[in-house]
Amino acid sequence: MTDLDAFRQATRAWLEANCPPEMREPMRDESDAVWGGRNPVFKNDAQKKWMDAMASRGWTVPDWPGDYGGGGLSPAETKVVRQEMAAIGARNPLMSFGISMLGPALLKYGTEEQKKLFLPEIARGEIRWCQGYSEPGAGSDLASLQTRCEDKGDHWLVNGQKVWTSYADQADWIFCLVRTDPQAPKHKGISFLLFDMASPGVSTRPILLISGNSPFCETFFDDVQVPKAQLVGELNKGWDVAKYLLGHEREMISGMGLGGNGESLGAALAERLGRDDSGRLADPLLRADLARFDVDSMAFRAMSERFIDELKAGQGHPALPSMMKYAGTELNKDRHELVMAAGGSNALEWESDSSKGGKAAREWLRTKANSIEGGTSEIQLGIVAKHILQLPGA
Amino acid sequence: MPLYLTDDQMMLRDSARDFMAGEGSIKQQLRHYRDSNCSDGFGHALWKQFGEMGFTGILVDEADGGLGLGHVEVGIVLEEIGRNLTPSPFLMTAVAVVEALRGTALREKWLPGILSGETVATLAVDEGPKHRPETIAMKADRSGNGFRLSGRKQFVVQGASADFFVVAAHSGEGLTLFAVEKDLKGLSVEGVRLADASIGARIEFDNVEVDSDAVLGEVGEGAAILSRMLGAGRVGAASEMVGLGSAAMGMTVEYLRQRKQFGKLIGEFQVLQHRSAHLYSELEIARAATLKAQQLLDEGSEEAEAMISVAKAKTGSVSTLAVQEGVQMHGGIGMTDEYDIGLYMKRDRVLNELFGDPNYHADKLARMKGY
Ligand SMILES: Cc1cc2nc3c(=O)[nH]c(=O)nc-3n(C[C@H](O)[C@H](O)[C@H](O)COP(=O)(O)OP(=O)(O)OC[C@H]3O[C@@H](n4cnc5c(N)ncnc54)[C@H](O)[C@@H]3O)c2cc1C
Repeated sequence: MTDLDAFRQATRAWLEANCPPEMREPMRDESDAVWGGRNPVFKNDAQKKWMDAMASRGWTVPDWPGDYGGGGLSPAETKVVRQEMAAIGARNPLMSFGISMLGPALLKYGTEEQKKLFLPEIARGEIRWCQGYSEPGAGSDLASLQTRCEDKGDHWLVNGQKVWTSYADQADWIFCLVRTDPQAPKHKGISFLLFDMASPGVSTRPILLISGNSPFCETFFDDVQVPKAQLVGELNKGWDVAKYLLGHEREMISGMGLGGNGESLGAALAERLGRDDSGRLADPLLRADLARFDVDSMAFRAMSERFIDELKAGQGHPALPSMMKYAGTELNKDRHELVMAAGGSNALEWESDSSKGGKAAREWLRTKANSIEGGTSEIQLGIVAKHILQLPGA
Repeated sequence: MPLYLTDDQMMLRDSARDFMAGEGSIKQQLRHYRDSNCSDGFGHALWKQFGEMGFTGILVDEADGGLGLGHVEVGIVLEEIGRNLTPSPFLMTAVAVVEALRGTALREKWLPGILSGETVATLAVDEGPKHRPETIAMKADRSGNGFRLSGRKQFVVQGASADFFVVAAHSGEGLTLFAVEKDLKGLSVEGVRLADASIGARIEFDNVEVDSDAVLGEVGEGAAILSRMLGAGRVGAASEMVGLGSAAMGMTVEYLRQRKQFGKLIGEFQVLQHRSAHLYSELEIARAATLKAQQLLDEGSEEAEAMISVAKAKTGSVSTLAVQEGVQMHGGIGMTDEYDIGLYMKRDRVLNELFGDPNYHADKLARMKGY
C-alpha cells in the first residue's frame, strides 16, 4: 500500500467517526452555511461539532502550513481529503472569505507576525472577514477607488465609503482597499489594510437584494483609526495584493459552475416533469435544452478538473481564473433559468411552504449576481482578450 | 491521472506538430490534391509517411507490431491534423478500423498493410443523410458457408480509395460486422466529392457474397464492436475539431492584431475582443472534455461513453463557432478561396456530421442519463 493509500484509509476512518450524520445531508439553502466568527450562529450542535473537529486537525484549510492553523497537507493529500469528504457528502465545515480570499493573499504578502496573528483565527473560524473593495464610484473600474487613508504618525486614519460589502453587518474584520497617495496614478496610490469592524467610526447599512435577502451592505468609515502594523504588503502597492486576491476570489466563484454535484440536471428534472411512453422527458424542447445544458455542464466539469490539475502543477495561464469565472457563472445562470422553466408556476411561489419559501425563485435571482460579483463577465472577457489573446489596446 | 499531457505525450505532440505543419500543410496536401482533382482526395505518399512516423501503429498492440498507446495519443495526432486540415485516412483506418480489428482473427490479415501506410480501410455505417447507427437496415443473409449482403451505405469517407470496408448489417442473429473487400462482385462504389474536397462514397451492395471469415468477432455480436469503433471515431473527430477550431481562432486573432480600420487595429474594438475571448473559453472547455473522454476510454471506464458524446457535441458546436467567427471577423477576405479560413469552415461542417452531430450526441447523452 502506498503512503497515499494509507492516508486515504486513515482519512476515511476519521471522517466516518467525526462527521455527524446531519452534516452529510445536502445543504438546503444558503442559510445552512456555517460562517464562524466572534458571535457564530449554529443551527444545531452538529454544525459546531463538525467545524471544531475539522479545525482541530487543520482541515478547514488542509493545505495551509501547520504553523498557521492549517493541516500541512500536500496537494495530493488535500485532493484525497476533498474526495473522501465528497464521497460521504460531507458539507463544507466552514464558509469563509478568510479562507477563500484573504488567507492566500496573506500567505503570499503578509509579514510573519501578520500570518501568525490572523491565519490561525481564520482556520478555526473565530474571526469572520468581509471584503471592502467596491465603492459607489468604483466598481469595474476598481482602481479609481477614493476611500482616503492618511498617515497620522502612530496610526492610519480612514475616511470614505464602500458598497456591496457582503455580510459587512455580520463580519468581525474587513480587508479593505484604501487610497494612500491621491497624487499618484490610480493603480499606484492604493494600499491594502486590515481592521476591526468594531472600531469606532465604522458603520453599515444593509441593502435588500431582488432575491428578498439582504446579504450585503453599504459600509461607512468616519475617522477610523487603524494600527500601523495592519497594512499588508508595501505602502502604495496594494493593487498587487488586491489583484492576487481577486484571482482566488474568481477561482472560488467559478465553482458555481459545478452545481448539482455532477448529477445530470435533465435526469433530476425528468423525475418531476414526467416521461413519455418511450422514456423521454415529455416536453421535447425543454428536453433538448436540458440535454445541451448537460453537455455544457459535463464539459465545464472536465475543464474545472483540468484547471485545478494544471494549477497544482504550476502550469496554465495566470489569467485562466478569469476565463473560469466567466464560464462557470454563465453556466450557473443557465442552470437556474432551466430550473425555473421546468418548475413553471410552482417555481414562481415566493413564500409558500411547498416552495420552501420560494427557494427556486430566490436562488434563480441570486445567481444573476454571479456574473457581476468578483468582476463582471465583461471585465473577465476583457482580461482574457488582453492577457491571453494579447489583443491590442484591451 | 491529472488532466494534462505527460512529458512523453508532449514529445509526440511536438513531432506530430512539426510533421503536419511541414509535410501535411494545407498548401502541400489539401490544396494540392483538391486543385489537381485527385479522385482519392489525399496523398498515398503522405499516408506511407504516417507509417514511417509510427502514427499508424498508435492504437495497435505491441505484439502486433504497433506502439500499444491509447486514445490520448491518437488525439494528439488528430489535433495537429485538424490544425493543418491534413487529408489522410488516419481517423478512419488507423483509429476506427484498427479499433474494430482489435482482438479479432482478421488482425493478421489487415494490420501489416495498415501499419506500413499501404492499406486504406474505412467504415460503411450510415445509410441516410444523418448518422443513425441504431436503425441500420442493411441485411446479411446466410448463404453457403458465408453471407449475402444487400443494401446501401453513404458518407463512406475515403470510400473510393479503400481496400476494404467495415460494414454493419443485420444477420438473423443480430448486428454483425464484416470486413468487405473492394473488388467483390455486386459491390458498386461511387466516389462523391464533399464540400471540404474529401471524397465520400455511396456504396450499393447487390447480393454481395462474403465468406464467413470476413466476420469481425462473432456473428450477431457486432453491436459491441460497432460501439467501440464509433466511440474511437467520435472522440478522434472531437480532437480533430479541437485542432481545427484552435487554428481558426489563431488565424483570426492574428488578423485582429494586424488589420486596421477607422485608424485603429480592429482588435481594439471591444465587441470583437469579447467575442474572441468567449470563443477561447469555449475552446478550452471543449479541449478539456475531449481529453477527459480519451483518458476515461484508455482507463476502460464505464463513464467513457457518456463523456465521448459530451466531447463530440461540445467540440462540434465550438469549432463551428470558431469558423463562423473566423470568416466574419476576416470580412471580405474571409470569403475568398485564396485565403485559408474558408477551408476550415468546410472541414468543420464535414467533421460535425461525421459520427453524429451535436444534436445526435446531446440526445444520446439524455438517453444514457435516463430522460
Ligand atoms: C451579490 C454581490 C456581492 C458583492 N460582494 C462584494 C463584496 O463583498 N465586496 C466588494 O467590494 N464588492 C462586492 N460586490 C461588488 C462587485 O464587485 C461589483 O458590483 C462589480 O465589480 C461591478 O461593479 P458595479 O456594480 O459598479 O458595476 P459597473 O462597473 O458600473 O458596471 C455596469 C455594467 O457596465 C459594464 N462595464 C463596466 N466597465 C466596462 C468595460 N470597461 N467594458 C465593458 N463593459 C463594462 C459592466 O460589465 C456592467 O455590465 C458584490 C456584488 C454583488 C452583486
